[in-house]
Amino acid sequence: MAAITLENLTKTYAGGVTAVSGVDLDIADGEFVVLVGPSGCGKSTLLRMIAGLETVSAGAVRIGAREVNRLEPAERDIAMVFQNYALYPHITVRQNLSYGLRNRRIPKDEIARRVGEAARMLEIGPYLDRKPRALSGGQRQRVAMGRAIVREPAAFLFDEPLSNLDAKLRVSMRGEIRALQKRLGTTSVYVTHDQLEAMTLADRLVVLRGGRIEQVGTPLDVYRNPVSTFVAEFIGAPAMNLLPAQIAQERLRLPCGAAVAVPSCLLPRAEGPVTLGLRAEDLRLASPEDAAFHADLSHVEELGSQRLAHLRLSGHSLVAAFDKGVALSDRLALAFAPEAVHLFDARTGLRLGAP
Amino acid sequence: MVENRRFLDILAHAVLLLGVLAVAFPVYVAFVASTHPSSDFVSGVVPLLPGSEGLATYREVLAGGGSTQMSVPIALALKNSLIMALAIALGKIAISILSAYAIVWFRFPLRQLAFWAIFITLMLPVEVRIVPTFKVVADLGLLNSYAGLSVPLIASATATFLFRQVFLTIPDELMEAARIDGAGPIRFFRDVLVPLSQTNIAALFVILFIYGWNQYLWPILITTDDSFTTVVAGIKRMADVTDGEPRWNDIMATAMLAMAPPALVVIVMQRLFVKGLVETEK
Amino acid sequence: MQHKRTTFRHRGLPYLLLAPQLAVTGVFFLWPAGQAVWQSFLREDAFGLKTSFVGLANYTKLLHDPQYLGSLHVTVIFSLATAALSIVSALVLALAADRVLRGPRVYTALLVWPYAVAPAIAGVLWWFLFNPTIGILSYALRALGHDWNHLLDKTDAMVLVILAAAWKQVSYNFLFFLAGLQAIPASLREAAAIDGAGPVKRFFTIVAPLLSPTTFFLLVVNVVYTMFDTFAVIDATTEGGPAQATNILVYKVYRDGFIGLDLGGSAAQSVVLMGIVIVLTVVQFRFIERKVTY
Ligand SMILES: Nc1ncnc2c1ncn2[C@@H]1O[C@H](COP(=O)(O)OP(=O)(O)O)[C@@H](O)[C@H]1O
Ligand SMILES: [Mg+2]
Repeated sequence: MAAITLENLTKTYAGGVTAVSGVDLDIADGEFVVLVGPSGCGKSTLLRMIAGLETVSAGAVRIGAREVNRLEPAERDIAMVFQNYALYPHITVRQNLSYGLRNRRIPKDEIARRVGEAARMLEIGPYLDRKPRALSGGQRQRVAMGRAIVREPAAFLFDEPLSNLDAKLRVSMRGEIRALQKRLGTTSVYVTHDQLEAMTLADRLVVLRGGRIEQVGTPLDVYRNPVSTFVAEFIGAPAMNLLPAQIAQERLRLPCGAAVAVPSCLLPRAEGPVTLGLRAEDLRLASPEDAAFHADLSHVEELGSQRLAHLRLSGHSLVAAFDKGVALSDRLALAFAPEAVHLFDARTGLRLGAP
Repeated sequence: MVENRRFLDILAHAVLLLGVLAVAFPVYVAFVASTHPSSDFVSGVVPLLPGSEGLATYREVLAGGGSTQMSVPIALALKNSLIMALAIALGKIAISILSAYAIVWFRFPLRQLAFWAIFITLMLPVEVRIVPTFKVVADLGLLNSYAGLSVPLIASATATFLFRQVFLTIPDELMEAARIDGAGPIRFFRDVLVPLSQTNIAALFVILFIYGWNQYLWPILITTDDSFTTVVAGIKRMADVTDGEPRWNDIMATAMLAMAPPALVVIVMQRLFVKGLVETEK
Repeated sequence: MQHKRTTFRHRGLPYLLLAPQLAVTGVFFLWPAGQAVWQSFLREDAFGLKTSFVGLANYTKLLHDPQYLGSLHVTVIFSLATAALSIVSALVLALAADRVLRGPRVYTALLVWPYAVAPAIAGVLWWFLFNPTIGILSYALRALGHDWNHLLDKTDAMVLVILAAAWKQVSYNFLFFLAGLQAIPASLREAAAIDGAGPVKRFFTIVAPLLSPTTFFLLVVNVVYTMFDTFAVIDATTEGGPAQATNILVYKVYRDGFIGLDLGGSAAQSVVLMGIVIVLTVVQFRFIERKVTY
């Protein structure tokens, strides 16, 4: 087990695309870090550089105390789980699990012990003598995990390992991966584009945007204090409502004209346009006299435990989440607590005020 | 089928039966001819029913009768054919799978050039450049040798392309997983790629075996010594008699023996054969 | 040109892997082909003592050689007739096989084995059937009033080589047509049947258009086959005769080079043939590319 350190890590592909630029990151021993971001933001490239499957254009990858830039993947003491599992189709599950160990000339009885233990942990014992073709998607996923576990590596690398599963299986495997990692205590780097998966799995989230780190933090921290409108919109479902607003006379003027007070610590130095961020669950129904603003109901999404109201406010759409059973009229009077306000620079999208 | 018109069904079966008969007819006649003594052909037309001399004829042909034009027994020619066909099929498969591997999984200077050098052979059947090729083989001292019979025919762009096609369908992640599992290029080739290509190799083998077995012009040119002749090339020699009638029963027995191995391969390995045929043309 | 996302990092190994193929290609393909091109610009004197560079003279001589032009003519007739005969009979058989629900595999097995028969053997078999004195078919034809003799009659000789060459090729075409037919979704034909189209109409409106790519492909392949692979058929039956009536181009290259010992002329013919092969290959590749993008 080992810590992983990335220093100014950069990848420029032969075609000239810079997929990752200047990434600095310290991953502690035993930590579960999730790289998250929209498709094409460079997550896989970053992970594959750690694995040694892509060369590093600039910067360094350190695993433990070693710089591993020039080492073959097999020499880096890592194991990887791929989205399509990449099981060897022509050999049995048992042989799939032991192939890497045999290449390392690990003694037979030690191989048998590790395979047996992994099979027990993942409950794939009954399939050990089948070929991957004869397994369901979920079972293949477990075998892919098993292949990583038997290696007893310093780190696990996961590239969207659950994306090929159906929604229900995805949720249960998510729990299993987390439990397994806790138990083994192996440093893990996990790539996903699914923010919910990222939130539920991570000790720490790394939000990537266009090849750069946008924000690093615990899931709650990132959720509560997104550093930019990009993170605000990406993390959390439904996405944070973003509205154009004005700061005038220390008050926040909404697009509909209503003005509300905001905590002074959030106020920018200059007056002028800002972007207001409000989470759906931070909006509440108010009496007309307490309301910060009024919005028209366009339709309601019933989630069972919650009702999501889709609203129109002076040409902007926003979403508010209410408890089940709350009655909603065509025009709603809404309010929010001053602490719930997120303000972003209208031009750069960066968070205003102290985090 | 959409509707059950009895008439059309019967017509279809009739057409197929007719086709099967037309296709089989020349071979049937040859078989019949091989079972009659050669004296039966002197007067009038070929008989239509098998005779009783079959076993004797085949035995004589295989062992090498004194009276045929061929100075060697057909058993030897069959052995030569087998060696040539196997050498060509296995040789082509071996050098093609290696070169396709290099082209798909390595990046190196001159890769493009190598690709085109191989590609261009697709366009040049041996018949077209027969004279200079013959000269090269003669200069290398390969006349009347198994190497001369097979090596010049084993460079094949077709097989290289087939393997390249197959390799390109193998997911990138498989090789990446193997590398993480500590497999280098040789191990990956041996442990993953070759086993994964098994059916393609077998299918290709069927096609190439037939190709090698059926070579005609090349063995004729390369072998002046009858002990290296192949059965397909030798049959012409038996028929080319200047004085008197050819020994039809011997010739037809030889033809049957020359057809049997590749035809058996096709019939026994029909699925692989069809796969090989369809895929080498893709 | 495509390669894998991740490649191995070895320097020497790829060259080692390519070496056998490149060696054989270089020694037995590229070098002789280059020789053919070079020789096509040379001419040897009558005693083979002196060789001189004559530029394009061998080519101009070819274009004015009535025998060469005759051979070209013969090749075109032979190729097209063989292709047409084998394609049409294969199509009929494939349609029938596609229609019978049970047993297409049995029929396929009984129809495909001639693919395995060497062209030379095919030639010998048909030569025997049509042997003017003892052949069973020439006997039947005589009974019908046609005095068959392919040793003397040019048409008879041509018919003989066409039959022998087409007989062997039917199985190949049959397999491709059957595969093409079985790839047509049943729903398409069912829809046409619901629209009231009878079997004949269905063939011309649904099946034939969908088979046309296969047919075109087979046409090219068959022309290539008849131009080059039928050398053995000719050599085993007519040896180009009578009076050059079946002397196709590839046979003439061989005769002029090995028996006529006209190296320059033979080389020029080789180069022309290479040109034809390249054109046909390019046509075929274009077509395959288009098929892939469907
Ligand atoms: N082998 C490659 N060659 C060139 N560009 C690539 C290659 N792989 C990925 N890219 C580009 O790099 C960027 C990041 O890709 P990737 O790391 O796969 O993103 P993600 O995994 O976040 O979806 C994309 O713009 C992609 O097009
Ligand atoms: Mg990715």
